[in-house]
Amino acid sequence: MNTESTTQPVIEARQLDLTFQTNDGPIHALKDVSLTINKGDFVSFIGPSGCGKTTFLRCIAALETPTGGTLTVNGMTPDEARRKRAYGYVFQAAGLYPWRTISKNIKLPLEIMGYSAAEQDERVNKVLELVDLDGFGGKYPWQLSGGMQQRASIARALAFDADILLMDEPFGALDEIVRDHLNEQLLALWARTEKTIGFVTHSIPEAVYLSTKIVVMSPRPGRITDVIDSPLPKERPLDIRDTPEFIEVAHRVRDGLRAGHSYDD
Amino acid sequence: MKQFFAVLTVLLAIVVLWYVAVGPMNIRTSLDQAERAGEAVTPEASRDRQQVSVWILMAQNSGHIIRGYDLDRPRLPTPVQVGEELWKTTGEMVIKGRPMSKRSLIYHGWITLQSTLWGFVLGTAVGILGAVAIVYSRVVDMSLMPWAIISQTVPIVALAPMIIVLSSQLGIEGRGVPKAIISAYLCYFPVLVGMVKGLRSPAVSQLDLLKTYNATGLQAFLKLRLPSSVPYLFTSLKVGIAAALVGTIVGELPTGAISGLGARILIGDQFGTPLAIWAALFAAAILAGVLVTLLDIVQRLTLKRMGMGT
Repeated sequence: MNTESTTQPVIEARQLDLTFQTNDGPIHALKDVSLTINKGDFVSFIGPSGCGKTTFLRCIAALETPTGGTLTVNGMTPDEARRKRAYGYVFQAAGLYPWRTISKNIKLPLEIMGYSAAEQDERVNKVLELVDLDGFGGKYPWQLSGGMQQRASIARALAFDADILLMDEPFGALDEIVRDHLNEQLLALWARTEKTIGFVTHSIPEAVYLSTKIVVMSPRPGRITDVIDSPLPKERPLDIRDTPEFIEVAHRVRDGLRAGHSYDD
Repeated sequence: MKQFFAVLTVLLAIVVLWYVAVGPMNIRTSLDQAERAGEAVTPEASRDRQQVSVWILMAQNSGHIIRGYDLDRPRLPTPVQVGEELWKTTGEMVIKGRPMSKRSLIYHGWITLQSTLWGFVLGTAVGILGAVAIVYSRVVDMSLMPWAIISQTVPIVALAPMIIVLSSQLGIEGRGVPKAIISAYLCYFPVLVGMVKGLRSPAVSQLDLLKTYNATGLQAFLKLRLPSSVPYLFTSLKVGIAAALVGTIVGELPTGAISGLGARILIGDQFGTPLAIWAALFAAAILAGVLVTLLDIVQRLTLKRMGMGT
């Protein structure tokens, strides 16, 4: 990858607003959110519940429509980008179809997008290998552990080779040991595929360990309080979490969270 | 195995209760018979016995209680009598080589089964199509659902003769079609309700996921909503087929039908042959049990094939 493409903006938000009208009055889910995500970035969104991190990710995916400001994905509106299948989305729940095997689950987007049977098989094998699930294609979801199911759902999002991967707390429901393992695998996968990743989490170590850019958000109204460009190298063994650099970034994230949020609420 | 014993225990309790009930239920008929046979009964006059409760009659005529267990036209037949009558009108007819005789419950059961299956197919089709319309159209949801609920509050016994009269006005011969319509009328509702629930069972994130693939509505229906609804469908079908059988029997009752299990029940009542009523009743129950069990087997096989069986 050349240096030019690494600074090319993939997602650009300018003064983005999103207000939900509810029976209890308007809720400002996002207020004045401006952010640029470049190609190949690994961006984490961190903040307490209600800070709009998931809402922002859903705006990028055109699952929510902002009420103000501008947002472009690959230079298009989010909805155009969605129609062009510009991104893969991973939800907190793996959401695999119980009536399909792992292979057939991964084929779901490929069937919908009209890939040939031969290409479907080829891509399934490729992404199964990427998420380290070779040999599990014939299993049904209930035969797999929670961590394996989530890996299968990541494989499903990777199958059609979108440049952007949006992940909404994908490891939130997993225990810490499994989560560490999956974080390591995710970094390896990111290094191999050079995708642009948007990652929602509320774990500080996870955000710092994974990201090149950490976006700290706070609620009422949902807004960005800090954007931290990580000084950590791209190669990250798990024990990087004991280095002073790591601890310093984590500290800054914690400060950002504290500044934006009154914990007395 | 545990469940088998539990079911067996309940069955045993019912049989015991049944036998106990036969005594008081038949004591008056027994005493009438004993009186006619010239035996001593207290009180002697039939009219006087009318004034006395069955418990006192039983206490005063304990020797005659046993007679109640072997009457030709009992108020309440014993399980063995019902079993014998069932055998006489089914197995014995087969042995005699006349399974489709007018006296055979196999013949009447077949008549009822045909209408039930037609009603089931019709009701299931209406139920599924209605559910799809309700799930995909808010207008239909608001307008059709209340009517579907109201339709089930109308007593079917009152509707059945009207459906027969109206269908004969349309030139439809015989009772097969109107009976199937009455049967479908009861059958469609559980299928409709179950399918609405099933088609709406996918989580919001599941539907969002398909949106991120830019899937069409038809793709979402075929790949997500329809397979999601299969377990709900089978549960509804099992309720639906039992309702279809009830609908057919009800359709045979007030319409002067001469064949079918419902007709047997009505004729048994008119001619004072309780054994025939009970035999037809049990035949209907057995038929329902067989139909539900068959659907249960199909459900297990289907879900297993889909990878959702355990």
